[in-house]
Parts: sequence; C-alpha cells; structure tokens
Amino acid sequence: MTISFRFDPVELPPEAKELRQEVRAFLHQEAEAGTLSAHRGKGGFSREFSRRMGAKGWIGMTWPKNYGGQERSQLERYVVTEEMLAAHAPTRAHSTADRQSGPVILRYGQEEIRQKILPQIAAGELCFCIGLSEPNSGSDVFAASTRATKTDGGWLVNGRKIWTSNAHEADYMIALLRTSPSTKENRRHGLTQFLVEMKIPGITIRPIINLTGGHDFNEVVFDDAFLPDSHLIGEVDMAWKQATDELAYERSGPDRWIETFSSLVELVRVAGEEPDDRLAEGIGRQVAHLATLRRMSLSVAGMLQAGKTPAVEAAVVKDLGNNFEQALPDKVRLLAPPPGDAQPDSNDDRFEEALRYTTLIAPKLTIQGGTREILRGIIARGLGLR
Amino acid sequence: MSDSDNIIVDTATRIFRDLCEPATINDAETGVWPTALWDALEESGLPLAWVPEGLGGAGAAMADGFAVLRAAGRFAVPAPLAETLIAGWLLARAGLGMPAGPMTIAPVHANGHIALGKDGRLSGRARRVPFARNAGHIAVLAHRGNERLAALVATAGLSIAQDKSLAGEPRDTVSFDGAVPEAINPVDVDQDMIQRLGAAVRLQQMAGALEKILEQSVQWALDRSQFGRPIAKFQAVQHNLATLAGEVAAAGAAADLAAEACCGPDLGEAEVAIAKVRAGEAAGAGAAIAHQVHGAMGFTYEHTLHHATRRLWSWREEFGNETVWAIRLGRMVATQGADRLWPFITQDS
Repeated sequence: MTISFRFDPVELPPEAKELRQEVRAFLHQEAEAGTLSAHRGKGGFSREFSRRMGAKGWIGMTWPKNYGGQERSQLERYVVTEEMLAAHAPTRAHSTADRQSGPVILRYGQEEIRQKILPQIAAGELCFCIGLSEPNSGSDVFAASTRATKTDGGWLVNGRKIWTSNAHEADYMIALLRTSPSTKENRRHGLTQFLVEMKIPGITIRPIINLTGGHDFNEVVFDDAFLPDSHLIGEVDMAWKQATDELAYERSGPDRWIETFSSLVELVRVAGEEPDDRLAEGIGRQVAHLATLRRMSLSVAGMLQAGKTPAVEAAVVKDLGNNFEQALPDKVRLLAPPPGDAQPDSNDDRFEEALRYTTLIAPKLTIQGGTREILRGIIARGLGLR
Repeated sequence: MSDSDNIIVDTATRIFRDLCEPATINDAETGVWPTALWDALEESGLPLAWVPEGLGGAGAAMADGFAVLRAAGRFAVPAPLAETLIAGWLLARAGLGMPAGPMTIAPVHANGHIALGKDGRLSGRARRVPFARNAGHIAVLAHRGNERLAALVATAGLSIAQDKSLAGEPRDTVSFDGAVPEAINPVDVDQDMIQRLGAAVRLQQMAGALEKILEQSVQWALDRSQFGRPIAKFQAVQHNLATLAGEVAAAGAAADLAAEACCGPDLGEAEVAIAKVRAGEAAGAGAAIAHQVHGAMGFTYEHTLHHATRRLWSWREEFGNETVWAIRLGRMVATQGADRLWPFITQDS
C-alpha cells in the first residue's frame, strides 16, 4: 500500500513575492506609527487597522470581484497572512471573517446576504465570531443543541454558545443551530448554519476571562432571538455537508504555528551575535522546526491553488504546528540567559514580556480550532486506520 | 509504488523492487555483494546520474538523482548508489570522468584531510568511508597547501580496515598513504560542500526509509489483531501512527527543501542545516514509533523493520548530526539578528 499524502514543492510566483515586499513596507509604516504590538500572539483588535487592510484589498483577497474580492490567488493570500502574523499585526477584528465566515457565506449564503455582507467584510468593516461550541458540545460539534425553531418569516433561537471569541466585539456570528433531531442513520443530521446579527434583541453576551486576564471568550445566551429567513446559510439540517474539507484546509495556515513566534524572536535578540554552542543549538533546532513547518504550510496553500484537496496534509500541518508552537516557550525559557539583578535593558523587558505571554497562552494552542486528539483521529482516518 | 511520472525514478524503483529483496539486504550484511542489483543499476546508467554526458555520464538533473535516492532509501538498497553519485559529482566538478563500478568518496568527515605531496602521492587516512571495501575506486577531495583537488584513486593496494554502521553496512577506514591517483585535477569544492551534499543525500535516504516504515506500521496495525480487533482500532495506536505520519511528512518536506537548494552550484547551507536537523529528529522519533507499533515482532532480525530503522539511526549521524547542524544554523540566525529571523525563515521566497 502507498500512503497517499504528499507535500508538493511550491514556487511562489513573482506577483506573490512582490506582494510580500508591499506588505512588509506597509507593516514598516504601521510599526513606525506604533500600531503593531510586538509580543501579542495573534495581534490586537483594531477596526481602523482592519479598514486600512481592507483599503489595500487584503481582506477577502481570493473572492470574486463582484462580492468585493480581488480574485487573487491562494498563494498571494498566504503571503499576506503569514506576513501579518509574523509581525503580530492587529488583525483580530477581521481575521475570522476573512478566514472562515466570509468563505462560508460566499459558498452557501443567500444572494442578498452575499451582496450585502461580503463587500463589507472585504472593506474591513465587519467583525465576525463563530457560534459552534456549547457547554455540552466542544469537540463533539454535532452534539450541539441550541435550537432554531421555525416561525413566521424566520427562526427563533434558544440556547447558549460558549468560548465564543470576540462575541463582545462582533457584528455578526455564524452559528450552528439545531433545526431537527439527529437520526439513527446520521447523527450529524439536523444542524443548520445561520447568520446572526449580534445586536438583535434576545442575545446576551457574558465575558469569560481567560487565565492571562484577557477577554477573548464569551458565553452567548439566546432567548427567543429572531433570525429572518434570509439569514439561513445553505440547506436546513445539512450543516454537516457544509463543514467542508475546504474550510479544514484553512486550518493549515501559518496561524497554526506562529502564535508563540515572538518568544523565539526575542530569544535571538537577547542571544546577541555570538551565542555559545548550547544557545546556538537551541535556536537552530527551533528554527529548523519552524522553517520546515512553514514549507509544509506553503505547500498546502500551493496544492489548494492547484485545485487539490489536501485534507490529511492540512491536519498533519496543524497537529505538528500546534505542538511546536506550544512547546516553544518552554524551550525558550530554558535556553535563555538567567534573569538577574543587573540593570535591565529594553531587550530583557521585551524578552520577559514575550515569554510571559507565550507561556500563558500555550495550553490553548492544542485545543483551539480542533484539539490534538481530534486532529490525530482525522489523520488516522486519512491513513486508513478508521 | 510508481506514482512518479519520472522515467528515471520509475526505472530505479523497478530495479529496487525486483532485485532488492529482504534476503538481498540480509546477505549484504554478511558480506555478499548484491551482484544482480548493482549490475542492473550500472546497466541503467543510474550510478552516473550526476555525471554530465560530456564526461560519459547519464547527465541527469540533480533533482532526478535525489528522487532516485529517496526510492533507494525506501528499499534500503545495501550498495553505494548514493556514494557513487556523490563521487561522480565531485569528479565531474573537476572535469574528470569516472570508471564503471561501485565507488565511494573520502573524506566523509568535516575535519577530514587528505594531502597531495610534491611526489604526487597522497597521505592521510579517512575513517567511516562507506563501502570502501566494495568500491573499485574512491573519489578523494585532496589538498595541496591551500589548493583543493579531486582525485580518482583505485582501491587496489590501499590499506582498508573494515568496520560497519549500525545498519551493518561497510564503514571502513582507508589509508591513502603513498597512493598515486589515477587522475587528479583542481576543483572548486571544499570539504564543507561535501558535507552539504552528503547531508542532502542522506536526507533523501532517510525520507524514503521513513515513508517505508509508515507504510509498514499502518499495514501491521491493520493486520495484527488483539482483544478481538485489529490494533489499528485502538486510539493509542492511531495517535502514535498519526504522530509518525507527521514526522514522515516533515522529513519529506525537509529533504525537498535541501534538495532544491542543492540543485544549484552553491548547495544552500541554511536549507541543508534546517533539513538535517529536522529530518534527523524525525528519524529518531519515527523509528521509535514504528518499533512500538510493531511490538516484539518488529524487534526480530527476521522482520524487515530493522532494515529501515537501523539505516535511519546510521544515516542521521552522517555528514553532520542534528547538533552539528543546529549549532551552525543557530549561529547563522544569531549573526543576522532577531529582526532578520522572519526574512530568514521565508528565505525571501
């Protein structure tokens, strides 16, 4: 038997390379203006920054022009994404919409919604959140029980979603709601995707503070919240079909291995130009992992561009990437010169800050967006074991 | 296994599949030269892949040679195909053709040093020379003062002390004292370039061997039943194999990265370093999982798993192990500085 996954070599076309330089120039300007927050994992939340990116045509880049996109390639989008992440640019306001919500609407949304919403996303004007997890359904996505009950002209929603990042800031949510009971033949039957406007009556948002003291997560409670018919996305009861592999591929992007990158950057900074063998080796090992991951990630983008469907490859990259980025802060910690009482210089402060932040967020990295256990199950299925 | 649309790779794969059976590999370990296998390889011109046609070679692209070596790794070819390719490359860089027959290269160590005296005789010794006892000739990187030369040296008459790798393949100590080269020319290759090309070659072999053990391990898990079902149905086994798949994928990507960088004349230092570190780690981690999945049976000589795993343990140490290359890579990164780390990773691609 032959294991059928491969990571095709990929050559970035000239326009992608030029685009990278353009993005770097933009980021340089932003850095000068003080809008980049160097140590903050996924970057901060800034509607203004999102609008500036939208003005550049860097949100919804691959979408059709008649929906506000630029019809640019997957590889060009990849380049923009990785540059933004490496610079810890404040993309949180639009990144979910760009990466997931927009593509779902593009593929399955009703035309009036597509025409209204997609150009706004592309302009950097909208923030989306994802209504998937519930108190009783996390990894078991299809056990969701928040109900959408048919009524005149629309649907009434009752229940709650949890771990909803940015719900408190979002304009819209794409929610997975139960419209029918599941069946014996198909336990995934009965769930439907809907567009939810966050400011409607019947929605209450409660903050959940994470262990860094930050406010990302929320609980969203629905109490007879009304969704118009036009907000149905795709077919009733058929969300399981719409959770396509296409979206899973998005998960292999650089956001899956770059969230703790700042700790390595700052380690290199405090290492100076001539680190001893031990420190050099430690840096080298992490760079080797990172560079290999990056190549694999780029390769998946290239395969997407070529119209392939690299489902197993995407899961492999996410699993490897998440494990790498999770382990990185602790490796950095043990490689770093020990702190002391000498006059701290700005490099040390930056290092401490980067290490503190990345250490605290490390546990979530193999949980968010698909746990390690689920990913390994997906890979195992891809290997023919299940 | 011929999903390649590359005729050179297909030819090699067919030869390996037909003539490199487990018995051939085991016999080679006892000193039986795989005659049918090597003769078929010579007949196909594969050992001369990296020699230009103008020098009597096959004139294949570097990339094709690397692809053949990945297949060779997959089949655990117990013969110096890799070494003959490198030898051909070295001699060709000096404008020298090469004779028929198995060949190898020396020195293989970074601090290796074979000198050419005024009397036209070589001096010095090289340890761990792969398949020296089987080679008819050795391509030697020699020094005369600061000048570097590539020398074609017949093994007849050389003093060769035999030793083996963990995989049971020959790794002999060769004394070149008094040896007169059959041909010698100045060459623009230094010992470090030999390290880089050698590493890129071992990377292909490791990537192929890792592919093989993944296939074997998945098949084993599907075939072997305990507690009333195939062990593939146990989540612990599934997760181990998923981890193995990740390591195999990473090693393959790393080998590709290095091979691409070595298709040009400069043999990219950064890419080779990145790849050798990552694939070296993958070799160890991957072999461990494969053995774990196979249980006791995989620990026997009779089962073929060790054909790959012993080679993985051997190859990861050659032409610089993970530590050697990681230190080098770390120094490169540190010299450029923190703000150049990201551009370094993207290699402005």
